[in-house]
Amino acid sequence: MHPAASVIFFTTASGAGYGLLFLLGLGGAFGLMPPDLGLGLVGQTVALGLITAGLMASTFHLGRPERAWRALSQWRSSWLSREGVAAVATYAPAGLFALGWVVFGENRGVWGVLGVLAALGAVATVVCTGMIYASLPTIRQWRHPLTVPGYLAIALYTGALWAALLTAAFGGAATLFLWLAVLAGVAAAAVKAAYWRAIDSAPAAATAETATGLGHLGRVRLLEAPSTSRNYVMREMGYRVARKHATKLRAIAGLLGVAAPLALLLVGAAVGGDGAVVPLFLAALAGSAGAVVERWLFFAEATHVVTTYYGAEAA
Amino acid sequence: MTSLPETTGATKLGLVIDLDICVGCHACAVNCKEWNAGGHSAPLTDWNAYSGTESVDGEDAGAWGVWFNRVHTYEAGEGAEGRTVHFPRSCLHCETPACVTVCPTGASYKREEDGIVLVNADLCIGCKLCSWACPYGAREYDHADGVMKKCTLCIDRIYNENLEEIDRVPVCVSTCPVGARHYGDLGDPASAVSQLVAERGGYDLMPEMGYRPTNKYLPPRPAKTACGSTGAPSRLQQLVDEAADAVPQGAPAAGTGGRFLAWVDTVLSR
Repeated sequence: MHPAASVIFFTTASGAGYGLLFLLGLGGAFGLMPPDLGLGLVGQTVALGLITAGLMASTFHLGRPERAWRALSQWRSSWLSREGVAAVATYAPAGLFALGWVVFGENRGVWGVLGVLAALGAVATVVCTGMIYASLPTIRQWRHPLTVPGYLAIALYTGALWAALLTAAFGGAATLFLWLAVLAGVAAAAVKAAYWRAIDSAPAAATAETATGLGHLGRVRLLEAPSTSRNYVMREMGYRVARKHATKLRAIAGLLGVAAPLALLLVGAAVGGDGAVVPLFLAALAGSAGAVVERWLFFAEATHVVTTYYGAEAA
Repeated sequence: MTSLPETTGATKLGLVIDLDICVGCHACAVNCKEWNAGGHSAPLTDWNAYSGTESVDGEDAGAWGVWFNRVHTYEAGEGAEGRTVHFPRSCLHCETPACVTVCPTGASYKREEDGIVLVNADLCIGCKLCSWACPYGAREYDHADGVMKKCTLCIDRIYNENLEEIDRVPVCVSTCPVGARHYGDLGDPASAVSQLVAERGGYDLMPEMGYRPTNKYLPPRPAKTACGSTGAPSRLQQLVDEAADAVPQGAPAAGTGGRFLAWVDTVLSR
């Protein structure tokens, strides 16, 4: 599948934003983060900023971005529509929660309830994002039980990296969030490792023989393609650059996205105090970059069954 | 509304494509483009149509554009048993099409009255998710219009009372020079297309995807190699056998023709 830059940026940025919003909501409601103005202002700006930037970027993927609002209408059948509804709905409690924290200096009690609602909205939105991919029978690497856990784990992990940095800088249960980031990083790595192992060993969803229904005649191979140059279907569904380098890119995602941030988190834990801010900031940057590589691979490694009509032996 | 109709009518309009007959001339694809470039989904934009140097997405400068119907050609089987199969591919107007249910805007819909799957170009946001959901590559993105387009089963012909009744069929069907494409109601077991499917063992493409396509494909008939079965006079069988004996080995064989050919082969090989 063609990895559109706007969709990769959207899913990683808003994923981290929803991860952070989830932790801010629960952290505020349960007293793990003080109603400090700096923490509220910077934290909410980063969380809602990442979410909003991601959602804006996702509209660049559209042929008719001015009609994007129509995507809120088909939540009965479409996970993409549900994602849009969940994203918009989450703004209400998230905005009020941010208002209470920043303007009224309150993030517990009634304001805390809004924080919990914002956290639930964040989870719902990321689940919908994952389900857009997990619901497509045409792409076996996406229609997989670990697709949604992968999206959730990476959103929590990248959000926790920011939460660890923010609590180290502005106060709150800094140690707790630091170790939560470590745990979430290990969990995300475990989910992705299991996912990659599973998709590597799973059988093809279709072959040239099953797709054409000509298998009874013997092996089927494309003699002549329908068009002399690559058409839309081949460009969008037949992208294959990354598959060649999959092993290297997975190693890069692991080193950049998990190994480096975990080492930096441990440095931060060892240094402690204000000195931890620098390694924790670097950890958040590296973790986010690793998430981008992972998400790029998620698209580029996905094989669509339609490619079996265009010369792929299996998909 | 992109939820599928709760009750679908008995009528299921669709195509039956005969892989035994298709000669791979691409007339269906070309006439489809011709009709639809001025019909319901017009225009069907082409990019770089004259293969200039302008590159749309940095990939290559080849010509590409929106087509609803594409003809693939495959080789199936090996050696003497192998054969060439021309394989036209267009929207199958599935009974449970995920391209419709994934649509976030309500632009994609399946008609209750005849089962035709359409896109309302005024609602489409061009998110391309429907093309990801289609196993058959039936939906294509029009870069100029920013919306998805697909086969309409020539809805602007089949119900068009300005046309002679004989012309109220999809243009790919009326243009096919060998009669490899049939149009009709596959929901009616008594219809000509349904009977053709029953008689010839028509099949669904990728039934395991669960989309329940309406269009059916008729498999190539078993290859006929003996003289009698191809309609050639059986007295020619002797010549066939002699040629078969003579040519592969290039060595003297039983019949005179075989010996002669072998001699020619030997002389020319010097």
